[in-house]
Order: sequence, then structure tokens, then C-alpha cells
Amino acid sequence: MKILAVCGNGLGSSMVLRMTAEAVLKDLGVKASIKTADISSAKSEEADIIITSEQFSNMLTGSIDAPIVTVKNYVDRGEMKEKLEPALANL
Amino acid sequence: MALIGLLALKKEITDIVSGTLKTIVGFLILTGGAGILVGALDPLSAMVKDGFNLHGVVPTNEAIVAVAQDAFGAQTAIIMALGFVVNIILARLTPAKFIFLTGHHLFFMATLLAVVLGSAGVTGTNQAILGGVLLGTIATMMPALVHPFMRKITGNAPFALGHFNSLGYIVSSLTGKAVGDKEKTTEDIKISPKLDFLRDSIVMTTLTMIIMYVILAIVAGPDSLKEFAGGSNYIMYAIVQAMTFGAGLAIILMGVRMILAEIVPAFQGIALKVVPNALPALDAPTTFTFAPTAVLVGFISSLIGGLISMAIMGPLGLVLIIPGMVPHFFDGGTSGVFGNATGGRRGAIIGSFINGILITVLPAILLSFLGSLGLANTTFGDSDFAWVGILMAYIAKLGVGGMYAAVIIVSALFIALASYVSIKDKKAQVQENE
Repeated sequence: MKILAVCGNGLGSSMVLRMTAEAVLKDLGVKASIKTADISSAKSEEADIIITSEQFSNMLTGSIDAPIVTVKNYVDRGEMKEKLEPALANL
Repeated sequence: MALIGLLALKKEITDIVSGTLKTIVGFLILTGGAGILVGALDPLSAMVKDGFNLHGVVPTNEAIVAVAQDAFGAQTAIIMALGFVVNIILARLTPAKFIFLTGHHLFFMATLLAVVLGSAGVTGTNQAILGGVLLGTIATMMPALVHPFMRKITGNAPFALGHFNSLGYIVSSLTGKAVGDKEKTTEDIKISPKLDFLRDSIVMTTLTMIIMYVILAIVAGPDSLKEFAGGSNYIMYAIVQAMTFGAGLAIILMGVRMILAEIVPAFQGIALKVVPNALPALDAPTTFTFAPTAVLVGFISSLIGGLISMAIMGPLGLVLIIPGMVPHFFDGGTSGVFGNATGGRRGAIIGSFINGILITVLPAILLSFLGSLGLANTTFGDSDFAWVGILMAYIAKLGVGGMYAAVIIVSALFIALASYVSIKDKKAQVQENE
């Protein structure tokens, strides 16, 4: 399974999202590879799930088929788990 | 370096090989992108020279860092690794318990220190130790100094800010406190979602570069670009070069992503083992979700500050600092969030405006300390790089013994300040909770 963490530059915030998601997936025992991407190239990447923040989920909605998980607090594992689990269940 | 990190985390052999290779390929992509971007800056520099008789510079960290890797790649890697170790030791031993996890900024600051020391003739072990100690100190201090303001933004969320425009954020917060009213928040302003495209760095950068290039091409006239454009129309040529700048930036970002993909999680893994109670200091956009409108307000104010300072500084015989969109968006946007937290709308606008002046004037002053790299048409874009670079340049003028003494004294002062702020802030937090 491929997950994409997206932010404006694909450097900092997406890396934080990636690390939070990795910790959650490890707890859930789900194997997945998480890559970081910037908003420009995200639309051309293959992914089963996209993780990003509110501002970018608006920009991705409609131009991408993968389900988008929208996170407010980048480091909150509880929030990440709560939002990631339904997306995983729907795959 | 990635190899050591991966080994330390006891990863599988296939992960170690692929991680190490990706890091090296990332470095090669980085220098390739630098070639493309700098090539696109040559005509810009010619136009600024012919139009205004000035040296035109577009501050973009990614670009200057990529250019510097050719001469200072190995030293940068060593300083970065040492700086990280020093950061962990300080977080473990002092009250300033912050681990700086914004990998690209550690990488940029390591590059800056390598360049400033190297240009001053400090090489080898001295360069690595002096650079590493100062990097680790700054990486511990800046998140600590910003944290009292950061807590107010995030509502005591368990992370700090790790971003090397912290001087700009402190100034913006204090300005907001002085001039504004935090009750009148920016978030009551409705901004059309149509403006969301501004959040896309590549689009934003390319668009503004096209505008800049076309204006400059008209001012400088067709003769200025003759040797570059050959027979093609000079305006069209300027537009293509502006887009090439965007392409170069996109390539560099991809390289940086590949370099960091393995290093940052490895850093985090090691840091968690050594200092489990530390706060991670994270990239600036982690604050954006708390005040999205303030980001756009701050970006626009910062840009106006940058444009006004550009117009004033040019005639003063300095360089023409053409606003770099990447620093103005991220630094200006974050300054907006900080200014809004202490002083509402007025705080966001005035605080970011001052940030815009800071990130125009400081990089101009830094230029003369970057040795031959100062002649490039790009430079570091954020306030902390500038003041640290200038400080290090003065330290590098001393003899070897003097340099070590100066770095130890400066680091001790910084850590004392960071510890003081952290202890005071912890007390304030306890009081708020009662």
C-alpha cells in the first residue's frame, strides 16, 4: 500500500505527517510505504491514500481519486488514527 | 551519514542500501537542479545590471545551498551530523528540551556555516567542530526562544517550532503585542478559496518570476538579452527563463526530499531514545492550520515590506534584493500567524511587514560574508541564516584559539538564554493551568 503525505513544498510538514502516520500504522500493524510530496507533483503520484492539511485537501479534492485524510494537528497520533482508520477500512 | 543513522536504527540490509543510495542520488539531483536554476538567473542578473547598474539577487535557500554543495558538500554533511548530536546532548542536559527536526533547515544552516568558515580559510576538523557546535546550539536555542509565543498559537500542543526565521517570528510577535489587539483576529476575515493557489510554492514562484523577468526585460531593453536570446524574441526568452527558474527549484526540492527521506526519521528515532521528554521542533507550516487567513495576510504584508525595502536599498548602492517567493510565503505567512496571536489583524499586518524588511536587509548584509558564493545571484533568504552567518564570519576572523574561545562563550550565552526562557515559560504554563 502506498500513502502520500502532502504539503506546500513537500519538505517539512509532510515529513511530520509521514512520521505521525508511520507511528500510527505501526501500532495498527499495517504495512505501508509513505512518501512525501509537494502539492504540485502530488496530483501525478500514484497513491492509495493521501494525508494532508485542510488548505491542501481543498486543492486536491476533485483532481485526485485516492481518498484524502485531512489532519489539523500534524503530531496528534490520536487524531491521525481516528481519521486514518476509516480510510484504511474502505480500501 | 544516512548510512550511520540507518545502521544505528538496526534497519534491514535492503533498507540500508536503498536509503543510502537514495541519499546520494538526492545530492546529485540537487546539484543538477542548481545548474538549471542558476543558468536561468544569469539573464536576470544581466538585465538588472543593464537596467539599474546593480547586482540583482533572488534569495532562495534551496538554490544557494545546492550551488554550495559542489565545493562544501562533505563539510556540510559532517557539520549537520555533529550539529544534530550537539542538539541532542543540549536537550538532554539543559532545560531547553527541543529536538530540531526540520531537516532541510538543519541542512541549510550547516551549509551556511561550512561556507562562511570555508571562505574565511577555516578548514578540516576546526571547520567541522566549530560549525557543528554552533549549529547544535542555534538548533536548541531558536525553538526555545519562540516557544512562549508558539504555545499560544497551538494551544499547548506537544510540539515546538523548528524554523530558521525565528528572529522574524519573535520580532513579529513583539510587534503584535505592542501595536495590536489579539481579540481582533485575522480569522474573522473571509478569504476566497480561489487564493489557495498561492500556497503552491512552484506556481507562486514561477508566476512572480515571470512578472519580474518581463518587467526587467522591458526596462533593460532587447540589447541586454541579445547574447543570451540569440535570434528569439527577448520577451519570450525572458518568460521561458523565468519558468526555467521554477523548474530548477522543483528539481532541487525533489533532491532535498530524497536526501531527507531517510535522515529525518532516523534523527527522530535516535532523539526519542536519548531524550524521551523533549519536544520536537517542526517546520513552520505546522502553524498554518491554526490561522490559515493570517498566513495569506502575512505573506502579502511581508512581500510589500520586501518590495519597499528593495526600492529603497537599490539606490543606496547596495544590491537589488528581488523578493524570493519561497522565503516570503513561508516566513511572511508564519510571521502573520505569530503577529495575529499577539496582536490580531494589526499585529499580523505590521509584524509581517517588518519581517519582510528583515528578510530583505539581512540577506543583503550577509552577501559580503559568503566569499565567492556572495557573487552568485542568489543567497540565503531567512533571518536566522543571516545573523548566524554574520556572527560566524566575525568569529572566523580570530585565530584558532580565539575562534574556539568565541564559539564556546557564544554557545554558553545562547544556552543560558534558552534555558532561562524555557524555565520561565514552564512556570508560566503551570500558572495558566491552575
